[in-house]
Formats: sequence, structure tokens, C-alpha cells
Amino acid sequence: MNKILLIIGREIKSKLYNRTFIIMTLLAPLLITGFMGFLILMSQSDKKDQKVLVIDESGLFKNTLPGNEYISLTFSDEPLEAAVSTFVNRNFTCVLWVAPTIVEGGAGASTLFYQKSPGFAFQTYIKSQMEKIVYEHKLKANNIDPNVIHNSKMSVKLMLEKVNEKGGTEEQSNFGFFGFITGALMFMFILMYGMMVFRSVMEEKTNRIVEVIVSSVKPFQLMLGKIIGVAVLGVIQFVIMGLITTVLTTLLSTLFLKEIKTQLKSFEAQQELVKKHGTNINLQALEKYDDKLKVFEVLQKFEKINFTQVFICFVLYFIGGYLFYSSIMAAIGSAVDSESDSQQFITPVMIPLMIGYFISTKTMIDPDSSIVFWGSVIPFTSPIVMMSRITSGVPLWEIVLSLSLLFASFIVTTWLAGKIYRTGILMYGKKTSWREIGKWLFYK
Amino acid sequence: MSSILQVKDVTKRYSNHLALNNVSLEVAGQSVFGLLGPNGAGKTSLIRIINQITGPDSGEVFFMGEKLQEKHIERIGYLPEERGLYKKMTVAEQVMYLARLKGLSRVEAKKRMSLWFEKFEMQGWMKKKIEELSKGMQQKVQFIVTVIHQPDLLILDEPFSGFDPINAQMIRNEILELRNKGATVIFSTHNMGSVEEMCDHIALLNKSEKILDGTVKHIRKTYRSNTYRISFRGNAMGFTHAMWTGAELIEKHQEDDVHTFTLKLLNNFKPNHLLEVVLPHSEILSFNELIPSMNDIFIMKVNEGNSVVGTKSNFTE
Repeated sequence: MNKILLIIGREIKSKLYNRTFIIMTLLAPLLITGFMGFLILMSQSDKKDQKVLVIDESGLFKNTLPGNEYISLTFSDEPLEAAVSTFVNRNFTCVLWVAPTIVEGGAGASTLFYQKSPGFAFQTYIKSQMEKIVYEHKLKANNIDPNVIHNSKMSVKLMLEKVNEKGGTEEQSNFGFFGFITGALMFMFILMYGMMVFRSVMEEKTNRIVEVIVSSVKPFQLMLGKIIGVAVLGVIQFVIMGLITTVLTTLLSTLFLKEIKTQLKSFEAQQELVKKHGTNINLQALEKYDDKLKVFEVLQKFEKINFTQVFICFVLYFIGGYLFYSSIMAAIGSAVDSESDSQQFITPVMIPLMIGYFISTKTMIDPDSSIVFWGSVIPFTSPIVMMSRITSGVPLWEIVLSLSLLFASFIVTTWLAGKIYRTGILMYGKKTSWREIGKWLFYK
Repeated sequence: MSSILQVKDVTKRYSNHLALNNVSLEVAGQSVFGLLGPNGAGKTSLIRIINQITGPDSGEVFFMGEKLQEKHIERIGYLPEERGLYKKMTVAEQVMYLARLKGLSRVEAKKRMSLWFEKFEMQGWMKKKIEELSKGMQQKVQFIVTVIHQPDLLILDEPFSGFDPINAQMIRNEILELRNKGATVIFSTHNMGSVEEMCDHIALLNKSEKILDGTVKHIRKTYRSNTYRISFRGNAMGFTHAMWTGAELIEKHQEDDVHTFTLKLLNNFKPNHLLEVVLPHSEILSFNELIPSMNDIFIMKVNEGNSVVGTKSNFTE
């Protein structure tokens, strides 16, 4: 046991001080949060004040086109040329010109003149408001009351409630995309650390240090020490990455997401009101969040995720899946002399992992299909597929079944891998085949 | 002398060939034992079994009277033929790691490491990475990690291959010194010169079987073939006639007026008889018996086993 500890220690030490490892550990969270921050910034960068000089030759928009907190509109009858040549000096950010023929539509019926790009959100806002006014104008022209149309339009919100075995219901986030991301992360980590074990084993073999070491410890101890060492390393990396990511995202969300969260709160409060008092009340108040509904939906789903459950499952499935695959990788590493020879052995190991990944894309669409069920139970794919469906509510017995199968089969693969490893590390020179490896299983 | 290692009827089979067939041998304590044999004879297989890297299919191994078991690992030091080190580790880390795997405590390992480094004048190299070391330097490190835990039994597989003459001599001296301090050394080699120089006892393996076993002196005596070399000045013709019935001429050689004959004495024809009959015809310059070298015996025995006949053997004095 003491010797396994020594091996684990060396394994961790040799990788921990590796420059690539350190950079990777620190850089990955920075990249992730940087990317998220970039997305948020992109969506918010438009929120600078816009002072718009409107030259409306149709007369349709005066007093009907609304501004908002960021957008102020000034209507003017001056000639377009004068406005365009002077708007910058008069502290306007852009000029909106509307042709008299706007109602007939067509390209060129309205133009926005600017010096600094006013941004996408602003354009969308102006466009949708104008469309709404033209739409209502046309309805009125045909003697249709816009309120009738408006009140007839009703968005149906589908609430998801899963009925569990006991007959009770539980609200589920059913956040398929989040599940897919955790599944993909699992895929990535299993592969990454599996390859680390593979390289470490092969390095010892090609270095020819292995025979010295197996004269001091049993080959199985060496293999196990290596696998556990890399696992510990993985956990260390998780923790560091997790901490940095948490700190950075918290920072990011307090900086940028505060506003949208308060908006979400008031939206939810209003939804409650609608539920209580029927549909006709306060629709206008709800309406002002129309363009944010998508964001709200994602946030709501996000808040419903049981992160503790996800985290515990992630750790358990990572350990199981990692041990399962890394023991196979250790066996392969012992059987080959160089990385270029290893392809024929690694590919068959990659295939089940890839299948798991593909099933997890299926989970997003149909989390309760039978292929997803079997994928999340069979050990070859279960770590990935189960993680991808964990947020859609998996009965406890399925998790227990799949975890016990996973851990039972990791014992089998480790035992088999030990037999291959023992012989493989001492085989030099000749190219190994699957047949050969099969024979090694039976050596004494 | 009591034996430190006994190998009893060990058989080891790999899927398509027999590596060891019923091999038995006994290694006396505090001696140097040579394990000889051509490539593929089964030497490394046997060594791996003694090191408990693999197990025998049948047969038993005893170490200091006990059946070989895990605890004995710490009493054995092994320098494999295919030897290497972790390239990225520093010399000190490496030695500490391997010493501790052999069961030394941290303090003890550190103490012995500095002793050895002092001995080999390597103190300045402790913090260097292995990949920065010259090959000879790496070999010294390899030797140190083999002996640092003061093993009772030292197994060296082709210890001189790849060593430069200076390092080889150093290792040779260390081996003998360790033996004199009480250790037993088994080494496998192709270098017959070192066998004669160092080994007390040898075993010869060929085609998975042990074909010869004994002390070097005894084996060489057993394979004496009554062959002599005589140098003389005088009439070669008369000389040949005189020895005609008693000896067979194997080889002759002339340089100026000095003739050198290699002869094999037949039946009861003794060296003195030979000298008596040839003295009248020549002036004898030298006369010695040719005892076969281990190299000759090795080649002869292996060829016998391979049933190749008619190879020429080179006798040396």
C-alpha cells in the first residue's frame, strides 16, 4: 500500500509541475468565463444612449413611435439634406428618415443615417416598433380594431411537470442543452485523463524504466498507482478550475446580470398576477418583456437545475467512467512501443465514447427514449449519456443501477487490464496485435 | 557455503514457445554467479522469475531457504538489460523514489544516496535532470539505484553492455567489493572475458535448458583436451617424424626459423614423452598446455546443442 502511495505521489508530482498542465488549469477557466463575458458584452454593448432626429414624411410616426430609457426621439420637418449634414453638430447620434410611401412598403422606404454604428439592438427596436405602427395603421384602414387582434393573440406557455413514481409531481428544468454540455464535458475529461494514463504508461515502457520498477512493485500496483495518481490530479485540476470559474462567473454575473435578474423577478411577479386575475389584466406590463422572453426562459431553467445533484453525479460518473476507460488505456499503453502504433487500439476505445456523445445529442430532443435509457445504463456510454439526461429527472433506481454496473465493470476491466499490462510492459520490438493481447490474458 | 538461491525444476511457457524447461540451479552465498547462454536461451526469463516480475508455470524458487515471496523483493537488487530512467526527473528525486520503492525510509535513502554520490564523485549532479546527463553518468545512476538498498542478492543482466571501459571497470570493482562485503551477484553476460575474471560459478543455458553448471576452474579442467603448444627452432621435418605416433598436429605456424605447432597428444603419450622424442631434433623455446577458455566451451556446448559439427575452436593459453 505504501508503495502505491509512492507511485501516486510521483505521478502527481511529475505532472503537477509540468508547464502545460499549469497553463491549461489556469487558462481554461479564463477562457470559459472570458467567452461568457464576451457573449454578455456583445448583447449589452448596444445600450448606449441614442438621440435620434426623425424626419417623418409619412406623418405616421409622430407621437406614435415611442422611445425608451436609452432612445430619445426628436421629430423635425426640416429637409433631409440639412438634417444629415448637421445632425452630428446638433448632438444627435443618427437621423431616421421615413418616406411618404412607407405604408406601401418596399426597399428604401426608410433610411437610418449615422456616423457611429448604432448597434443591432437599436435597429431591431426601431424596426419592430415601426412595423407595429404600420401594422395597426393598416388594420385601422381596413376597419379592424387592433385591440381585437391583440386580445385574440395569446401565447401558450407550456409548463413541464414530471410525474414521479409516487404519483407526485416535480418541476423539472428539462434543460437539455445544459445536460448536453455536462455530457460533452464528461466525454472530454474521460478522454483527456485516459490519454494521460496511456502516455504515462507508454513513457515508462519506452524509457525502459519499467523493468526496474516492476522488480520493486507488482505491475498491478504500478498500474493502479498510475491510474489513481492521474485521477487525483484530475480532481485537483477540477477543484482549481472550478474555483476560478466560480469566482470569475460570480464576478461577471454581479457586474452584468443583475439588471436582467431584477427584470426577471418583476416578470415572474407579473406572471403570478396574470395567473391569479385572469388574462386581461396587466397584459401591457408583461408585454414590455417580450424581447427578453428567451433570456428569461434560459435563466428560469438554469435556476431550477439541482446543482448539488449534478455535481455529485458528475464526480461519481467521472470516477467510474475514468477508471473504466483509463484501465483500458493503460493496457493499450503497455502493449505498444510508440504513439503511432497505438491508433489501431485507441480507435476501438474511442468508438463507444463517441457513441455516448451522439446519444447525448439525442437526449436533448427526446430524453425518455429507449436508446437514451440503455445508453445511460450500459457502462461504455453511461457516464456521458447519464450526465446528459440528469437534469431531465432520472429516477433514483436508474442512477443506482447504472452506477453499480459502471463500478462493477471497472473492476473487471482493471483486472483484465492488469493482466495485459503485466505482459505488455516487458514486450519490446514486435508489433502487437489484438490476437497477441488476447493471449497475454492467459499468461501466468 | 550455504546457498542463497535455489531454482528447482522451473518451467515457463509463453504462448508459442518454451522459455525455460525444467531448469534447476543453486547459487552459493557470497559468490559471483555467471548465467550464460546465447540470445533467447531463457536467461532473462529466469531472471524475471527470480525478481518476481513473472511467475513460473511449474517449479519453485527458494531465497535464503524460504519459498520466494513478496518480502524478498527488498533483498534483491536488479539491473535489467533494458534499463532506463525517468528523463524529466532530477537525479536525486529519481534515486530517492527508486530507493523508497525498495523499502528504504526517506532518511535512510537520503543518507545512502549521499554516500554513493560521494563515492562516484557526483554530488554536483543531484539537481540535474536525467536528460541532461551523459550516458556514462546515467549508467552510474542506474548502478546506484540497483545497490542502494544493500541487497543480499544482486542480479545484473548484461551489466557491461553499453558501458564505456572506464565505467565497466568501475562496475567490475564494485561488484567484487560488494561480494567481499557479503553480497551474492548473479550476472548474465556474453562477455566471456569478464566471466573468467569474475565468476566463481557458472550455469550455461541453451534452448531453454541448462546444459552446463559448475565452478569456472572445474569446468575448464573438465574440458581440457590434452592439447599443447610448442615453439622450437630446428628441423621441422625431423620434429614431425619424431612425434609421429604419439601426437596429432592440429596447426603449424612459422616465423623466420621459429616453428610453432599446436598438438593434441594421443592415448597415453605424455608431455614428457613428447619432449624426449623431439629434443634431439630441435631447440625448444616454449611449451604450454592449452586449456579451453570459457568462450571455447560456450561455443562448443551451444553448437553441440544445436548439433552443428565442425566448427573451428580457438584455443588460448
